[in-house]
Amino acid sequence: MTEVLSRTGVIRPDPKDPSALRIDEVLVRKMLVLFIRDETSKARLKRAVVGVSGGVDSAVSAALASEALGPEHVMGLFTPYRHSSADSRRHARAISKKFGFTLEEVPITAQVDAYFRAAPVDESDPRIRIRMGNKMARERKSIEYDRSWPDGIVVGTSNKTELLLGYGTQFGDMACGINPVGDLYKTQLRELALHLGVPEEIVRKAPTAELWEGQTDEGELGFTYADADLVLYHMVDRRLRPSELIAAGFDAALVTKIREMVRKNHYKRVMPLIAKVSLRTVGHDFLYPRDWEAD
Amino acid sequence: MSVRIAIAQCSPALGAVRRNLAMHASWIARAHEAGAQLVVFPELSLTGYYLKDLAADVACGADDPQLAPIADASREIDISAGFVERSADAKLHIAQGYWSKGKLVHVHRKVYLPTYGIFDDGRYFGPGDRFETFESVGGSTGVAICEDLWHVSTPYLYAAAGAAMVLAPSASPGRGVAEGGDLGTAESCRLMDRFYAQYLTLYVVYVNRVGHEDGIAFWGGSEIVAPDGTVVARAPEFDEHLLVGEIDLDLVARERARNPLLRDEREDIVLRNVAGRLGLPLERRD
Repeated sequence: MTEVLSRTGVIRPDPKDPSALRIDEVLVRKMLVLFIRDETSKARLKRAVVGVSGGVDSAVSAALASEALGPEHVMGLFTPYRHSSADSRRHARAISKKFGFTLEEVPITAQVDAYFRAAPVDESDPRIRIRMGNKMARERKSIEYDRSWPDGIVVGTSNKTELLLGYGTQFGDMACGINPVGDLYKTQLRELALHLGVPEEIVRKAPTAELWEGQTDEGELGFTYADADLVLYHMVDRRLRPSELIAAGFDAALVTKIREMVRKNHYKRVMPLIAKVSLRTVGHDFLYPRDWEAD
Repeated sequence: MSVRIAIAQCSPALGAVRRNLAMHASWIARAHEAGAQLVVFPELSLTGYYLKDLAADVACGADDPQLAPIADASREIDISAGFVERSADAKLHIAQGYWSKGKLVHVHRKVYLPTYGIFDDGRYFGPGDRFETFESVGGSTGVAICEDLWHVSTPYLYAAAGAAMVLAPSASPGRGVAEGGDLGTAESCRLMDRFYAQYLTLYVVYVNRVGHEDGIAFWGGSEIVAPDGTVVARAPEFDEHLLVGEIDLDLVARERARNPLLRDEREDIVLRNVAGRLGLPLERRD
């Protein structure tokens, strides 16, 4: 009993104690496999389509989908742009081999470059790099959705850290039919990845969206996932206010920055706003469950 | 006296009442074959749980012909199942019926409607307003639907009224995956079941469902806990399962002889305390 309470009841916010983020990997794996299996069949679909970048998030999504539906029902799509690294391709292939699903390579360089050639842009301009990154993310997702037709579901790869920080492209990498990893912080997802057998080299490498050469998530964000996850865990899961976190010893600048990212990017996490004018409106007061089943 | 009861740890289809009726028929048959005298289904077993606006679409009166197949099946074995009840004055309730010998003998309307966190019951349903015991195959019985059980006063009132068994049909979403133990929800529920059973000296029959609705997993783990605190039977987590176990009313009597907490309970003090705080007048009965 004491053990139960110490795990669930009295977790204190402490910037030096990352143990709050530990998960029971066996239990989480079981829950996520059942989630994919059940929700795919409720959508009357049979296959999963996963964008496999060579990184840890998509490796976990693809591994879970393979376990849930059988690897023969999983299509991995590796969609490199011209500056995608050779390591990414090697890692994507290693993941496909390890979990037994088919990996197809569909380069996106031709279409992305053709689009930007129509109105030439300066690739060294940071704002243009963001536009190009968003375009790449949406190009990839349009391919995943195309390849999912007619009986596949696009399985998402955005983790809880990215979703909360809004560190992703709306209708790009954030888009999906179901997302098995969206309630796991990056730190937790790495733990699950090791449990699933994702090669250590992939789990340990620096996360990157490869939207431009040399980009890393942590370099761009200005903080590490390990630090952000602990702040987010206490702020979101444990409902502590920023002032309480700062009083507990968390870095004030980090807490404030993270809180502001969560706030200003919330629009990415919700459905588009619909102007209400009628008596009953989709999303406002026409509220049916998505898993609305046929009788 | 020993009574065999069954728990149908099933996965209802959301909003698909006809499919769920067929599903019930098959679990009822299996429970009957297993020699059970009662089969208990989870909360809203005939409709699914996260109904939202579907609640009004699937609602029916407790005497609606739609429920006739359940009443008919209860000629063979008693049945406790969940549905959305539309009352005579057209309010919607989360209800659990008890059918026996072809007839509906009791309906409990969920009193505590969780409307926080992942729950939105209060938006779609009206609350019940009473906790009444009735005679089931397991003796005097009370029904606590999911959140009802989390309120200590619910099993207390049933025990005080003489219940030997509390049926607790639930749709409990599994959450809390911290390292080093069971699902957080499972730990809380087991603690609750055992505490109530042992300290109110009655049987707690916890009936949870499985499956997913809109991404939320119901964790199963149904169990029967005896008045001495022992777990008579427990179903696996997350998988469909027909759980069968024996209820022994003699054990209730033995535990109450050994541990006469209910005999010594001072309901009059409870009543005066509550009435005093609420400013309600108390009439003397002597």
